[in-house]
Amino acid sequence: MTRPAGIYLTCLTGVLWREALRFVHQRERFVAALVRPLIWLLIFAAGFRSILGVSIQPPYATYVTYETYIVPGLIAMIQLFNGMQSSLSMVYDREMGSMRILLTAPLPRWYLLASKLMAGTVVSLLQVYAFLVVAELTLIDLPLIGYLAVLPVLLLTGLMLGALGMLLSSTIRQLENFAGIMNFVIFPMFFLSSALYPLWRMQESSDLIYRICIANPFTYAVESLRFALYLEAEPLSLGIVAGALVVFFGLAVWGYDPKKGLVHRRGKG
Amino acid sequence: MDETQGIEIAGVSYAYGAKPALAGVSMALRPGRFTALLGPNGAGKTTLVSLLSALFVPQDGRISIFGRDLAKDPLSALSVMGIVFQQQTLDLDLSVRQNMAYFAALHGLAGRRAGQRIEACLARLGLAARQKEKVRALNGGHRRRLEIARSLLHEPRFLLLDEPTVGLDVPARADLVAHVHALCRDEGLTVLWATHLVDEVEANDDLAVLHEGTIRAQGAVSDVLVASGARDVLGAFQNLTTPAPVEAVS
Repeated sequence: MTRPAGIYLTCLTGVLWREALRFVHQRERFVAALVRPLIWLLIFAAGFRSILGVSIQPPYATYVTYETYIVPGLIAMIQLFNGMQSSLSMVYDREMGSMRILLTAPLPRWYLLASKLMAGTVVSLLQVYAFLVVAELTLIDLPLIGYLAVLPVLLLTGLMLGALGMLLSSTIRQLENFAGIMNFVIFPMFFLSSALYPLWRMQESSDLIYRICIANPFTYAVESLRFALYLEAEPLSLGIVAGALVVFFGLAVWGYDPKKGLVHRRGKG
Repeated sequence: MDETQGIEIAGVSYAYGAKPALAGVSMALRPGRFTALLGPNGAGKTTLVSLLSALFVPQDGRISIFGRDLAKDPLSALSVMGIVFQQQTLDLDLSVRQNMAYFAALHGLAGRRAGQRIEACLARLGLAARQKEKVRALNGGHRRRLEIARSLLHEPRFLLLDEPTVGLDVPARADLVAHVHALCRDEGLTVLWATHLVDEVEANDDLAVLHEGTIRAQGAVSDVLVASGARDVLGAFQNLTTPAPVEAVS
């Protein structure tokens, strides 16, 4: 049955609004999302500044401080944590039942999941810009227009990392298994990427780890953001992030399909 | 959508892996009637509700909602269904009204129309004065009432409730049973009420007894009593769900 377009928009607005309200009610989540990258920026980066030199490399026209170098990685980290937080909340919603309210709305399931994904990404944007304001006021000096230029890329990277979280939520049986996500998804994705160190430096240390880093979609999210902050588009990174988004979201929709997916196989709604 | 056809469940089977939950279940709900789906714990009631709400898809058989095949056109069927799940599905930190508004949006209701429906449904369930309160502040009975009010927002013709009185005290339970019977009577809703509590069934209801994944009897309560050789619903429930004693072989 074809449904009027207005219903789709109303549904998306409702899901966005609910996610924003829930976010406002979870002040601890917001504080944690802000403090985590700031600790990396203000403490970790300060300590490593003298040890890790970053030579001139695109998109930087001059030598940059280590703090400046890791900002895109920390932005992506915020979105990675937010994606996993959304994943946790979807597992919780599924165990508690409120996911059923979303999934029994009379709209295609892929659209309902896409609305949920978009809502989680919008929340991640609020977190990222709060972090960037503090970063700008303290240590970092980025071109101001870069904050605007990075917005569409933030949307893309947020959707990709959120889709990864959604895919994981369809595979996690219980809430208790979420600790495994920290160990096996968040930390490896973050450390095995260009977030904290340029990949050429990694290649000097270990060719194997370098190869893992270049196979990690998180690396390309970081690089897309790095270039966008300096008003440049990096087509390879953007393409890989977009491709990963399509694959992760496609698998997540499959995972939530009542006929085929993993949710069905476990007999969970 | 043909509302004279009611709800038809034909030869529906479902298994979790190798463990069957429903085996060839067939039943028909008459339009505008309150049908109690009575069965002990583990009978397959929640599985049947999950199939009716399109969260699961039958591995065999078919379900038709007012003439629409649920497998072929789930969106059309879901748009006329109000569902109250066994587990609570409210956002506790949002207000009563915010919970209603979120659900309204999921069903495409917005603006003034959504506002009018929210007011009407909350008033119908006696919650109009509490719409600004957070759901966390409501007791169990009122939370259930809110879930029923929410399920009515989009003016469904079929109300599906899975053990909605679980965890409620006796007065709250009686209040909820009376409310839903009144909705069926006053507004012509077709209701399927899954329960394991025989005192929630009224004499004028329709009744289906589900046990170990199969329907043991169905029809008007009086017909089920005759078929089971019992004088009351409790007797019928016991006769239909208690295994026959094994005769000793000498």
